Amino acid sequence: MDFQVVILAGGFSSNLVPLVSKEVPKALLPVANRPVLSYVLDLLESNNLKDLIVVVEGEDAALKVGGWISAACVDRLHVEVAAVAENVGTAGALRAIAHHLTAKDILIVSGDIVSDIPPGAVAATHRRHDAAVTVMLCAQPVSGPSESGGSSGKDKTKKPACEDIVGLDSWKQFLLYIAKGTEIKKDTRVKKSILCAAGKMELRSDLMDSHIYAFKRSVLQEVLDQKPAFRSLKQDVLPYLVRTQLRSDVSSDQNNVEEIGNGKDNMQNNEVVLSQILSNASLPSFHQVYESGLDSRKTHKCCVYIADESKFFVRLNSIQAFMDVNRDVIGDANHLSGYSFSAHHNIVHPSAELGSKTTVGPHCMLGEGSQVGDKCSVKRSVIGRHCRIGSNVKIVNSVVMDHATIGDGCSIQGSVICSNAQLQERVTLRDCQVEAGYIVCAGGEHKGETFARK
Amino acid sequence: MESRRNPRAVVDPKVRQVGFFTSSQPDSSSTQQQQQQTDPIPASASSPPVSTISPSGNSLSPVMIPPPRLNSSDTFPLRGAAAGASSAVSPSSFSYSNRRDFPDGSTTASPGRHSRGSFVKSSTPVASSLPGIGMDSMAAAKSSSVPASGLTTVSVATMPPGLAEKASGMEVQSDQKKNSKPLKEKTTKAERRAIQEAQRAAKAAAKADGGKVPPGTSASVASTSVKVAKPAKPSTQKNEVSVAAGVTEKKGGPSEKDRKKDAPHPRMQYDDESRVVKAKRRAVVKQTEAKNRVELFRHLPQYEHGTQLPDLETKFFQLDPMHPAVYKVGLQYLSGDISGGNARCIAMLQAFQEVVKDYSTPPEKNLNRDMTAKISSYVSFLIECRPLSISMGNAIRFVKNRIAKLPITLSESEAKAALQSDIERFINDKIIGADMVIVKHAVTKIRDGDVLLTYGSPTAVEMILLHAHELKKKFRVLVVDSRPKLEGQLLLRRLIKRGISCTYTHINAISYIMHEVTKVFLGASSVLSNGTVYSRVGTACVAMVASAFRVPVLVCCEAYKFHERVQLDSICSNELGDPNAISKVHGREDINYLDGLTNNANLQFLNLMYDATPSDYISMIITDYGMVPPTSVPVIVREYQKEHLLV
Repeated sequence: MDFQVVILAGGFSSNLVPLVSKEVPKALLPVANRPVLSYVLDLLESNNLKDLIVVVEGEDAALKVGGWISAACVDRLHVEVAAVAENVGTAGALRAIAHHLTAKDILIVSGDIVSDIPPGAVAATHRRHDAAVTVMLCAQPVSGPSESGGSSGKDKTKKPACEDIVGLDSWKQFLLYIAKGTEIKKDTRVKKSILCAAGKMELRSDLMDSHIYAFKRSVLQEVLDQKPAFRSLKQDVLPYLVRTQLRSDVSSDQNNVEEIGNGKDNMQNNEVVLSQILSNASLPSFHQVYESGLDSRKTHKCCVYIADESKFFVRLNSIQAFMDVNRDVIGDANHLSGYSFSAHHNIVHPSAELGSKTTVGPHCMLGEGSQVGDKCSVKRSVIGRHCRIGSNVKIVNSVVMDHATIGDGCSIQGSVICSNAQLQERVTLRDCQVEAGYIVCAGGEHKGETFARK
Repeated sequence: MESRRNPRAVVDPKVRQVGFFTSSQPDSSSTQQQQQQTDPIPASASSPPVSTISPSGNSLSPVMIPPPRLNSSDTFPLRGAAAGASSAVSPSSFSYSNRRDFPDGSTTASPGRHSRGSFVKSSTPVASSLPGIGMDSMAAAKSSSVPASGLTTVSVATMPPGLAEKASGMEVQSDQKKNSKPLKEKTTKAERRAIQEAQRAAKAAAKADGGKVPPGTSASVASTSVKVAKPAKPSTQKNEVSVAAGVTEKKGGPSEKDRKKDAPHPRMQYDDESRVVKAKRRAVVKQTEAKNRVELFRHLPQYEHGTQLPDLETKFFQLDPMHPAVYKVGLQYLSGDISGGNARCIAMLQAFQEVVKDYSTPPEKNLNRDMTAKISSYVSFLIECRPLSISMGNAIRFVKNRIAKLPITLSESEAKAALQSDIERFINDKIIGADMVIVKHAVTKIRDGDVLLTYGSPTAVEMILLHAHELKKKFRVLVVDSRPKLEGQLLLRRLIKRGISCTYTHINAISYIMHEVTKVFLGASSVLSNGTVYSRVGTACVAMVASAFRVPVLVCCEAYKFHERVQLDSICSNELGDPNAISKVHGREDINYLDGLTNNANLQFLNLMYDATPSDYISMIITDYGMVPPTSVPVIVREYQKEHLLV
């Protein structure tokens, strides 16, 4: 279908410290004991997209990600990993690999997505409108565990009321305006020409940008070349394209012009008539109306695809999101996990050992070779591989990664214990994050803390 | 082949050609039925016989003596006659459908022809195409690796040689098993030997004569054809399997062959439940039948429009064999981004041009045959998106004809170039060139002070008006429009921009406004051979009112849209649009007059797309062959359509 797929897998996201580390780049953060990148790869594979380019920030991270992909996806996918310098931003990353992009259109997918929205829909919308860029919008996910009020306080601080503000035309086909909700303070600027041409703009704050874009390659490369200052796709390139859609600097139709120029006089006349018939046949978008009103103005289209609300979509871009994703993937959206659930709606690996009187509730996952002592209780939590959990431990709404050790009598709620971390006896954690390899001393009682080595 | 065509030339074709009434001839109808069972493929059924016709076979043989006129009806199998005979009976569309199934027209001959086609095909063994697939996808995986520098290939899809081969091999085998089983059960040893011998003889003959079968051998084939008939069919099927496997679809996605097979026939009767179910099973576009359908129009396809587009969109990457250009056009049809006969036809032809450009013959395949199959599968996809218009049907037949007539001696690149220029020429000559000629003719009819009425947004009429304006003629235009498409508004916008003085009204006011009109210019989707104009719904009303007011009605229609079908009403063949379009105002959800009633079981929406204007109301049809009265349409169909096929 002449699409190239680029996965922007990022590097070490500062939002996710201390979950990410030198050993675990963001793309390999486990969600239900699988790296988050695998969800993206699965999604693409199920849509028959098997030639992928994965862009990772930083050489080390690229090596790690590449190593994992080659182990996991050999024989299934044709993946190439590109390492780019750190902190170049998404636009910079694309600039670095721009010379590898050859297809007519580029599908750019963020590597931290857990979703079941078929990317084909974006591509189809893109093609249908012959757009310069198509953005997938989806409903804002409900964040924070609804059952336990534990992290509600955190919720307010972490999640702003709206993430993105988008302006759509009355047919909900074109993107007229986009801004990050946090950036808008009191007032904002909307292009008058766009507003006039479209006639009506619908501002929505209940939709968010899903970081799945389809770009026309020529447009993308031109923008990246012309504007070396652009660092981020979402914050620079996309708003730029939306802003300039009625006075386009990008020559998306350069081929057309050449073709007409080459033909003979008669042929040229025919071409003109031909294009006229075709354009007259369809309902003109406001771009065309505007174009015809003012000669010599060029326009390009910025389209949107609004995903169905029933589809699941989460971006793993904060610690809270990490908790949410883990909860949802083994809970409500368990079709994504790829595991088969037991009758109790949980997954306990056959090699896991459970002590007597230990209960593992629904929406739980117990990894391979983990040991749980006596009289423990695990609820709505993910426990990784080869963990050692003592007796009388209570784990609720938490994520325990591989090889963690938890002493007797601990109580963990709403927390993340990274791999190889150690909790000594009778530690009580609530809404805490423990870095990989960190040792929490015995008997402490902590709330909302982050444990990391300096 | 010729020898078998002869009897048809002898028997009065006018009787034989009327599709559904072949039951009067018991023997042929039974064969026909049989064949229908084996070939439920509407599109492909028409294609293989065409492609089997070797170019030399088409030249006139001394035995045949077909006068040029008959020859025209040969390539264009007696549409006029069929139409004429069936006009008395209402489902005239049926005659058309059956005609499409048997383009060669001679039913008794078809088994023999099939057998011939089949052994040619079966000479390429099924299994031999498999390594090619493996290599192919291997090569694809290799070649797609980006030139590097900065990229590290960490994982290569090494599916190919072993696995892919196995997978597709299994697929083929299982299909083969299905198909070959009845073969074994049905034929005895003696029969098999007879078949083999017949095939061998025919093969030798074919080799000896380079495709042209001498009368003797063909007669021998014909004599065994009764026996050959049965087993030949499975073998053709088997071969199709190999065709499909060659194109290699991923597991899960419907294969090209399947799509071809089960796509709804252009004139399928949608109240025939078993057929609908069958067609739906493997349709690419998910088609949910609308619930409340008007009883009278139940034979027409009507789907829930809401679900089709999103569903097709999500499958974007999964339709492997589909060409992106075709897919895009299909999406545009489905979403209504392209409408209007000329535009749809041009868009489709341009997509086919892209297809031809990107085409490469798979190993061990014949370009003519494989390309026809491909085009057929694309066409059935387009039909699923929106039923074809008659003009598109003509254009498709043209393309297929050109493919079938490509000399085998041409190299692939030459053949592709020839096809592309053929399609280009069709667009330029038959559509745009025709419009230019129409404009020249029609402008002579516009005088100063005229008040011209037009309905909807016909391309040809628009060009006429603009040209007349350029000639500084002084006239006024009345644009009549109707809900829900409001195409007239677009026309109005363009006319006003050029400085033509216009009046805009809706069709409700037609009787009032007709007083001041001096001429009515209408467009048409198709002109049928009884002079009926098949056009945008509402046209008939305008024409009737105009003729009641004694205002001349001029219909502008390119000759490629003419069709020899006869239709007396707009019921038996029509298209149903989105019922929501008339109950809702698009883009304005606040306006909802029928709120709360849409799901009422007693309410049915009818959004007809076309109607038929009887020739009585039409004064003149302006076409690229001049201005003719509606009674002369059959002449143009008969005399010029053969030329149109040859271009």
